[in-house]
Amino acid sequence: MLGFSIYEGLVYAFLALGVYLTFRVLGFPDLTVDGSFVTGAAVVAVLIINGVNPFLATLAALGAGLCAGLVTSLLNTKLRVPALLASILMMVGLYSVNLRIMGRPNLPLLREVTIFSLVSQLPGLEARLVYQLVVAGVLAVIVFFILNWFLRTEIGLALRATGDNEQMVRGAGVDTDKTTIIGVSIANGLVALSGAVVGQAQNFVDVNMGIGMIIMGLASVIIGEALFRPKGVARLLLATLGGTFIYRLVISIALRSRFLDPGDLKLITAVIVIIALAIPYLQKKIRREWQPPASRW
Amino acid sequence: MSENKSLLKLQRISKIFSKGSVDQVTALDKIDLDVAAEDYITIIGSNGAGKTTLLNVIAGVFPPENGGKIILNAKEVSKLSEYRRAKFVGRVYQDPHVGTAAKMTIEENMAMALLRGQTRRLRVASNKQRRELFRDALAPLGLGLENRLNALVGTLSGGQRQALALVMATLSNPAILLLDEHIATLDPRTAQLVLDLTDMIVTREKMTTIMVTHNMELALRHGNRLIMMHKGRIVVDMNQEQRSNLTIHNLVVAFERASGEEFVDDNVLLRPGNVVGSSDL
Repeated sequence: MLGFSIYEGLVYAFLALGVYLTFRVLGFPDLTVDGSFVTGAAVVAVLIINGVNPFLATLAALGAGLCAGLVTSLLNTKLRVPALLASILMMVGLYSVNLRIMGRPNLPLLREVTIFSLVSQLPGLEARLVYQLVVAGVLAVIVFFILNWFLRTEIGLALRATGDNEQMVRGAGVDTDKTTIIGVSIANGLVALSGAVVGQAQNFVDVNMGIGMIIMGLASVIIGEALFRPKGVARLLLATLGGTFIYRLVISIALRSRFLDPGDLKLITAVIVIIALAIPYLQKKIRREWQPPASRW
Repeated sequence: MSENKSLLKLQRISKIFSKGSVDQVTALDKIDLDVAAEDYITIIGSNGAGKTTLLNVIAGVFPPENGGKIILNAKEVSKLSEYRRAKFVGRVYQDPHVGTAAKMTIEENMAMALLRGQTRRLRVASNKQRRELFRDALAPLGLGLENRLNALVGTLSGGQRQALALVMATLSNPAILLLDEHIATLDPRTAQLVLDLTDMIVTREKMTTIMVTHNMELALRHGNRLIMMHKGRIVVDMNQEQRSNLTIHNLVVAFERASGEEFVDDNVLLRPGNVVGSSDL
C-alpha cells in the first residue's frame, strides 16, 4: 500500500503542482483543473487508440492542457472575466469539449500501447508496481527540475511576484497579463499531464474522471504546506509532492475501513481539506491570537 | 527651474474621476509642468489636491483625459501603459507593502527591480555578479540588509522595507523618480533615515525626482523647486532662489491664500524679496 501511495503521490503530484502554481504562486483561483485533467486524459486516449506513440501522445496531452489554461487566462486578462468565474466557465465548457474529443463517455485502453505497457517490457520492470513507480518517478523528477529551474528564471520571478504584489510588479515593468497567461497555461499543462498519466495507468479514460480534482490538488498543497512549512522554491515543490503522497496514503487507509466505500472518496477529500484549512485558524483561536476577517475572494 | 534641458513635459493634463455622475471629481485641471533634468521637485498640497493623481498620470497608471500630453525625453509617452513606462519611471509608494514583494527574498526583489524595463528571459535571475551588485546597492543603507539577501521581505520592518523599496526604485537608474509621501507612515527616526537615503541617492545619481509630501518643512528643505497644488491645479511654483528665504510661515500663508476663494498675488503676501513664481495663475 505504501508503494502504491508513492506511485499515486507521484502521478497526482503534477496535478498538485499545477494547483500550487495557480492558487499559491499566482493567487489565481483556477477551477479549470476539473476539465483540463480530463482533456489531458482524453487527448492521450484518442491518440493512443489511433496508434500514436504514447510518449508523443502524453506530450500532446500536456499541450492540450496548456491551451485550456491559455483560454482561461485570456478570459480573465483580456476580457476581464473574474478568475473564479472564468475558470468555472471553462470547466463547464471543457466537459463538452472532452466528450467531443473522446466521441463517447469512456474509452478503454486495455489493449493499447501506453507508456506503462512500453516500460513494463523492459527487463526487471515487469512487476506492475515497479514499472508504475519507475514511469511516475522519472516523470516527476523531470517536472520537478524543470519547475525548480523555471521559477528562478527572470520570467519565473516575475510570475511569482505577480501573485505576491501585482502593483509592484507592474511598477517594475512587467506585463502582469502576460505572466498570468504563462502561469495559468503551464499549470493546466501539468494538470493535463497528470490526467494523461493517470488514464494510461488505469487503462481507461472516463469523461467524469475530473470531478473534484481541484479539491484533491488543493488538499495536497495544503497538507504539504501544513506538514513541511517549506521555505524556498525547491522545498515548496517538494512539500507539494510530499503532501500529495500523504493525502493519497490517508485516502487509501480510509477506504480500507469497513464503513467507507470508494464512492465516499470525494466526501473524504472534502473533509480533509476542511480540516486542513480550519486547523491553523482554530490553533490561533485557542491561543487567542488575532485573526483577519474571513476572506471571500 | 534649473538650467538643464527639459526632461519631462506635461501639457494640459486633466483627469476627471466618475465622469458624468454626480460624484464627478476633477482631480487634475489642465496642468502644465516642465521638469528639467536633475530637478528635485517637492510637491505639497492638501488632501484631494491631485498630488498622487499627478504621479499616477506620470507613471501611466491611467491615461490623461483627451488632449493631454506627456513628453518624456522628447518622446510622447501618454499612450504607453504603466508597465511599458516603468522603464523610465521609478516609484516609491506611501505604503511600504506596495513597493516590495513580501513572499520573496530580498535578493529576488532586487533581481525584479534590476530588470526594470528590460525583456525578461528564461535564465536564472540572480548570479554571483548580480548578488555583488545588490550588496553594493544595499550596503549604504547601513541596515545590514546586504548580509540578509536570503531573508523574506515579509520579515523586514516597515522602515527596512521602505528603504529597500527606495533602493529598488533607483537600482536601474530610471529617468525619473516619483516619491509618493514615501516617509509618511514611518516613525520619525526611520523617516529621517529614509529621507537622508533619498537625498543621498538622488544627489549621487543626479536623478530627476518628484517628491510628494504633506510636510511643509520637508518640502522647503529638500529639493531645488517647490510646487503647491490645490484642487487639481498648480498654484505656486518656486525655484531654488525664490524659496531660499521662505519660512514655513510664509508657506502657510501662501497655502491659505491659494486655497482661499479669492486669490491675491503671492508677491503681496510674502515678505519683500521673496518672489513667488506663479506660472499657472
